[in-house]
Formats: sequence, structure tokens, C-alpha cells
Amino acid sequence: MSALNPDYLFVFILAAFVGFQLIKKVSPLLHSPLMSLTNAIAAVVIVGAITITGEEGATPLAKTLGFIAVFCATVNLVSGFMITDRMLKMFKPRGK
Amino acid sequence: MHAFVPFAAIISSSLFILALMWMSHPSTARRGVRAGEIGMLIAIIGALVQHEVVDYNLILIAMIAGAAVGIPMALLMPMTAIPQRTAISHAFGALAVGLIGAAEYYKHAHAEYAGSFVLWALMFEMLLGFLTCTASVIAFAKLQELMGSRPVSFAGQRVVNGGVALATVVIGAMLAIDPTQTYLFPVFVGLALLFGILLVIPIGGADMPTVIALLNSYAGLAASAMGFALGNKLLIVAGALDGASGFILAVIMCKAMNRSFANVMFGGFGAVVAGAAGGKDDRVVRSASAEEAAMQLENASSVVIIPGYGMAVAQAQHKVSELYQALTKKGVDVKFAIHPVAGRMPGHMNVLLAEANVPYEQLVELDDINPELPQADVALIIGANDTINPSARDDPQSAIAGMPIIEADRAKSVFVIKRSMNAGFAGIDNPIYYNSNTQMLFGDAKDMVGTIAKELAGGGSGLH
Repeated sequence: MSALNPDYLFVFILAAFVGFQLIKKVSPLLHSPLMSLTNAIAAVVIVGAITITGEEGATPLAKTLGFIAVFCATVNLVSGFMITDRMLKMFKPRGK
Repeated sequence: MHAFVPFAAIISSSLFILALMWMSHPSTARRGVRAGEIGMLIAIIGALVQHEVVDYNLILIAMIAGAAVGIPMALLMPMTAIPQRTAISHAFGALAVGLIGAAEYYKHAHAEYAGSFVLWALMFEMLLGFLTCTASVIAFAKLQELMGSRPVSFAGQRVVNGGVALATVVIGAMLAIDPTQTYLFPVFVGLALLFGILLVIPIGGADMPTVIALLNSYAGLAASAMGFALGNKLLIVAGALDGASGFILAVIMCKAMNRSFANVMFGGFGAVVAGAAGGKDDRVVRSASAEEAAMQLENASSVVIIPGYGMAVAQAQHKVSELYQALTKKGVDVKFAIHPVAGRMPGHMNVLLAEANVPYEQLVELDDINPELPQADVALIIGANDTINPSARDDPQSAIAGMPIIEADRAKSVFVIKRSMNAGFAGIDNPIYYNSNTQMLFGDAKDMVGTIAKELAGGGSGLH
């Protein structure tokens, strides 16, 4: 608990490399939807917020902070995914 | 059911990676969104079925309330507000991260955790989370024009910013070393929030694409740091993907302006006051009417349209699309040249033009369009200024020297739709307006483009 678990660093480095490779391939056409998609994905912090809010023995303070965090993350992930899809729907090839 | 929990994280991470992979092309991108949604659903179910979670009431209320806000926001948001929406969503995401960090800190505010890795990770997470939150709110306020988009600067700004940054880090470190000093915690949070504000107020509107990308990256890194603190690999992966994405976009934006991160963040670039170039007054500007422009466009065989932030401000994208349709019908080849920093966020112009039904094949990147411009009969500039300024290429003394530009001046003839002769954001004189092959179309972008499109659709050859 008191030191860095090297496994986490390992996962982080790999994910960052995968991220760099994938993002480099994204067409500049889609940079706006990309940004809103990654923002929606980052709302996965809701996982942490759920644990804090609902865990056994959570203090009223933790519950309050967790509640607001769940709310914020939900707003982000719901609107993030929906707006990304709305944007992408508009990108049409010729003749459509 | 509990055996599902570790696998949920693996499945979600894979789906998030697939989501980004499929974003590479418009034809598969919507599948990417589906993958992301399913990944998120699995992650949430995984979190809800954990042993530790015993009370669901608050969670469900918060989620329903969040959906009640998020769904109408997603459905009603006009596409022109996408940059603001992105900024405010970074604020929401970062606030969530910061608050989770705060709750975790109070859980760990005992002597036995002193100096532990968890605390260091939490402090780092909260620093990024809270500063990104207020920085994004300021970015939102600037984009929404609740606040002037001009940079705010004051004497000793760097000293103040440096001092606040240092104080935040020092107090954060003191808390990590001795977490029982809970009275310091609100000070730490306050300083981090203040630092976020200070970081963005000196940044002008045209630098927003870089700033938004950078804040996107910070929000991701904060989520990753939270993953380290909570020992949650899914958060580490999702945060790293988001962090990498924001970082790459910020690098692309910086390159497109030939500037460094440091220069964008601390340069106060927009503060450059319009330095009157010598001999400005004796140069001649030719102006033309919509009819004349329509006639030349009609007789052209290839036209390149160069949109800028001015098109977004005037909401002219639908009229521009009408013009595109009218010209295409007459057999004119029309392409759009998109500069990476045109607009207020990465990809801003593409979204607006796609919304107005311009096929995405016609939207061409800077490096691909420049070799074609010398063959283009007409370059039509709509609300772009600094991104087509030839002095970036020709004048080593220029404040934007070396910035890659769309070489509109190389086209056989150039039309510029502009409200007046005021300088652009950078406050730099633009020689393209005085070139002998340039004609100015003074007026509002929407009205001007609309008039030209009407001429083309209605009058046609009757003009001759």
C-alpha cells in the first residue's frame, strides 16, 4: 500500500503507447468528435465515484462528494457519447 | 457475479481501445462510439456489483439526475456550441476526479498513510483535477463570450502564477508527507483552483484549440492518477488513452502555429498590440461586388474555399454549403482547405461543414491542398485571416513567421470576405489583401455568401 505497484506503471505505459499510435491515425476531419469521445471515455472515473458513494461505512462527507462526482461523470458520459454520435452522423460521403 | 468484476475491467479497456481504433475514419467512427458505450456500460455494472458497494440509492439518484441533465444537453446543443460544450465537459470530468480524490484523502488522513504512494498519487490527481476544472470553466466563459476572449494580463503575472504554482505543490507535498494536517487541505484545493484560473486568463481566443486539447490531456492524466491511487487498472488505461489523445492534439495545434507549448501557455501572444506596419496607407485595396464574384466563380474550373473562425461567428456554414452545391451543379470543382487551428477547437470547421451537408471528401488538409492551390482558379477566403497570411512564409520578422499557412495567395485569383480592414486575432497586417490578384468582398460572411449563391442559382449565365 505504501509503494508504487510497478504493475500499474506497466499498464499505464502500454496504454499510453497504444493511445499515441491510435490517435495518430485518426483523421483530422474527426478531431472534434475524437475529443468528445475521449472525454466520454474518461468519465469512467464514475467507477471510483460509485465505490466512494456506495461503500460500507462511507462517511456523510464521502457520500456527498461521491454523489456529486457520480452526477458529473454521468452528465459527461451520457452527453459525451450522444454528442459524439450526433457529430459523426453528419459526416457523409459524396452522393449521400 | 463477483467473479465478473476483474473481467469487466479487461473487457471495458479493450472496447475503449477499439473505440479509438475505429475513430480513424468516418466510415467506422460510429461503430467506435457503440464500442465505447458498451465498454462504459460494462464498467459501470462491474462497479455496481462489487462487494464493497452496499448502498445504491444515492448512486442511482445521481445517475438519473446526471442523465436528466446530459440527455437534453446532448440533444439540444447546437453544433456551433461544440467548443464550449467540450470545455465545460472537461470541467465536469475534472471536478468529478477532484472530488473523488478529496473523499479518498479524508479516508487516508491518518498517520499510518503518511508518505505513502497512494497519498502522493491522490495529491497529484487532485492538483490536475481541480486546476483543470477551473481552467476549463474559464475556457468555457471565453468561448461562450461571458468573458472577453482577449488575453487578461497584469503586472507581475508570471511571478504571481509561479508563486501560486509553487505554493500549491509545496502544500500538496506537505499533505502527502503528513496527511493529518487536514486544515491544510482546503488551502491546497483553493490554490489548485486558483492556479487553473490564472493559467487560462492570459490565453486569447485563437489559442483555444491548443488549450482545450491540453485540458483534455490533463483530465485524462488526472483519471490515470486516480487509477494509480485506487489501484484500478481500468482507470489507468482510460486515463492514459485520453491523456495521449489530448497531448497529440495539442502538439498538432502547436505545430500548426509554429509555437511551443510554453509559448502558448505563457506567451501572452494575443497581447501583441496591432503594430501599424509602415506604408499601410498607400497600398491599394480592390473591392468587388457579389455579382462580380459570382461571375468569376461560375467561370472557374476549380475553386478552393478557405473557412476560418469568422465563418463560425457569422454562422455562415449553411450558406457556404449552398454555394458549394450551386457551383458543383455547374461543374466547378470545389474543395475546402482546412487549417488545423481554424476555429476554436481541433476539427471545428469540419464539424460545421459536415453539419451543413458538405461531403467530407471535399474537406482537405493543409499539406494536401497547398500543392493544388497554384492551379486553382479562385481561392475564396471566408473569415480566415492569420491562417492565410503570406507574411508567415515570406517575412522572417513577422510575429507569426514560420507558421504553416494555406497558400491562398498562390491561386490565380483570390476573393476575401471580410467585414472590414481590421487586423486578425494576432493583430498582424496581412499583405494578401493588397495583392493585385486579390479582391475584397466587404460584408457579413453569411449575407455575402448567400448573395453569391443566389446569383449562381438564379441568374446564371444571364449575368454576362
